[in-house]
Amino acid sequence: MALTMERLGVWIGAALTFAIYSFLYKDNPVYKIAEQIFVGISAGYWFIYTIFNILKPNLYTPLTSDFGNNTLLVLPAILGIFMLCRLVPKINWVSRYAISVVVGTTAGLALIRTLQSDVITQMSETIMNPFSGPNAAVILGKWILIIGTTTGIIYFFFSKKHTGAFGATAKLGIVFLMISFGAAFGYTVMARISLLIGRLQYLLGEWLGIIQP
Amino acid sequence: MKKIFVFCVLLFLFGSSVWASSNVPLTAQDHPDDDGSAIDLSWKYEGELPFSIWIERSKDGKDFELISKIAPAKTYITDGKNIKPGNQYYYRLKFVDAQSNIMASTDIVKAKSEAQWFNSRRTPLLVMVIILSAAILYFILSARKGKHLFIRKIAGLDTIEEAVGRATELGKPLLFVPGIMDLDNIQTLAGLNILSHLAKKVAKYDSTLYVPVSKSMVLSTAKEIVKEAYLKVGRPDAFDSDSVFYLTDDQFGYVAGVDGIIVREKPAATFYLGAFYAESLILAETGFESGAIQIAGTAMPSQIPFFVAACDYTLIGEELFAASAYLSDQPNQLGCLKGQDVGKALILITIFVGIILDIFGVNIITNFLQMK
Repeated sequence: MALTMERLGVWIGAALTFAIYSFLYKDNPVYKIAEQIFVGISAGYWFIYTIFNILKPNLYTPLTSDFGNNTLLVLPAILGIFMLCRLVPKINWVSRYAISVVVGTTAGLALIRTLQSDVITQMSETIMNPFSGPNAAVILGKWILIIGTTTGIIYFFFSKKHTGAFGATAKLGIVFLMISFGAAFGYTVMARISLLIGRLQYLLGEWLGIIQP
Repeated sequence: MKKIFVFCVLLFLFGSSVWASSNVPLTAQDHPDDDGSAIDLSWKYEGELPFSIWIERSKDGKDFELISKIAPAKTYITDGKNIKPGNQYYYRLKFVDAQSNIMASTDIVKAKSEAQWFNSRRTPLLVMVIILSAAILYFILSARKGKHLFIRKIAGLDTIEEAVGRATELGKPLLFVPGIMDLDNIQTLAGLNILSHLAKKVAKYDSTLYVPVSKSMVLSTAKEIVKEAYLKVGRPDAFDSDSVFYLTDDQFGYVAGVDGIIVREKPAATFYLGAFYAESLILAETGFESGAIQIAGTAMPSQIPFFVAACDYTLIGEELFAASAYLSDQPNQLGCLKGQDVGKALILITIFVGIILDIFGVNIITNFLQMK
């Protein structure tokens, strides 16, 4: 019975894969069905996931099993209840407090995190002697890093028009950015191809059994 | 005489073995700049390389427990296993061979773990936050006093008006995608700021706007923003609460849903502003196929290339954050942007000065940034 259900699951998976891929031709009823199933099931799945993997272990269980040591958790619980107030039109304004806490905390945390991980690290890695190095390639690399970083920063300067020498420097900055985007594009496309390979392995392996999964 | 000689030999052997087992100097001290949850141990072992080093810990200096076995070449370790701030701990190390015979050991040393109020390693961060905050506050106050703050044109933003106008003429809707991350992502907030501006234009032109979201908090916020925009232009009755709707938390489920909306509703313009991952190209490509004007903006370095390739305008990185200030024309946001520009100028100056000093062998700035 279990084996039959497992095979049935594989067949449904294969059918839905083809249904989704049919979008490559054009929008059609088969795709629409697969899309609705996907959206509906995933929404339901995440709802249950949130309850059992986030709400229960992080809030309900600590509060019910050891309230004394987890008193602080009452605060997020109250904020969560505030969010639910959206369902009652008369008091839905209460949810704004919860949103404010999330937005304010996010901005504060992001400021410190970004300054530490992006700004300070990038600065300290850029400050180097561009004339020293074991060979010409290393020295060239240092120059590219310094010029790329500084011109990139100049591109993101909003207080001055990109004209004249300043504009030319900013243009050089965007050239560096575009080169890095090109490299990222190629790298990510390779990752996408691995997703396609994964799907093909599913179809040819688990479904048709032509290759060993 | 013979007995005395044998006694002396035995005494020497015993003494030397005792000396050998406790000749390794060990120091233990509170780990600096932490919350009192770690103690640093360091030692100098000069004998034959052992097979392993055993670290033993005690709370009373009598009952020791083995807490870790580490590689023989190590000369220091930070013990962070169940250390409580304000408590005293005793340590001793044993250097053992492959058969677990003790080759040498250290004396018992003690250390008290303490929490520090100030993490000195983050001094550069503090300096930067103070300078940035001061610059931002100065420019906010200047803007409030009526001083004109110039912000350069950001390509793509002027297209918003054009896109809304085009949608109204064609009788087609507009689609706004705020990314797949929650409100705890600053890019989502930046995207929602632009949504506010877009919703005002939509309300003004009496066009239709769809905002599918993938997170419940974003749903609440986006609804509030769009509702407020309609209120601000004096058309609260025109607000359709169903225009901002939840699809699913699942990344690709969300993409499937948005793709369906694009191909069926054929929006005149699509806006992808927020944090995106692998769905960026799928969304942008579908929008491109449908013939919509596409404006995207994200600070995800790996996704910007896809938007650049498939969209008409792309806000790259910080342009996304600057866009809301540019659009709003509010003193607070403009002052923020100006203050950040001052920060960037200081960063550039620091880099140049640091490089010049580095050329002459002075690493003062690098050392300060890395807090060596």
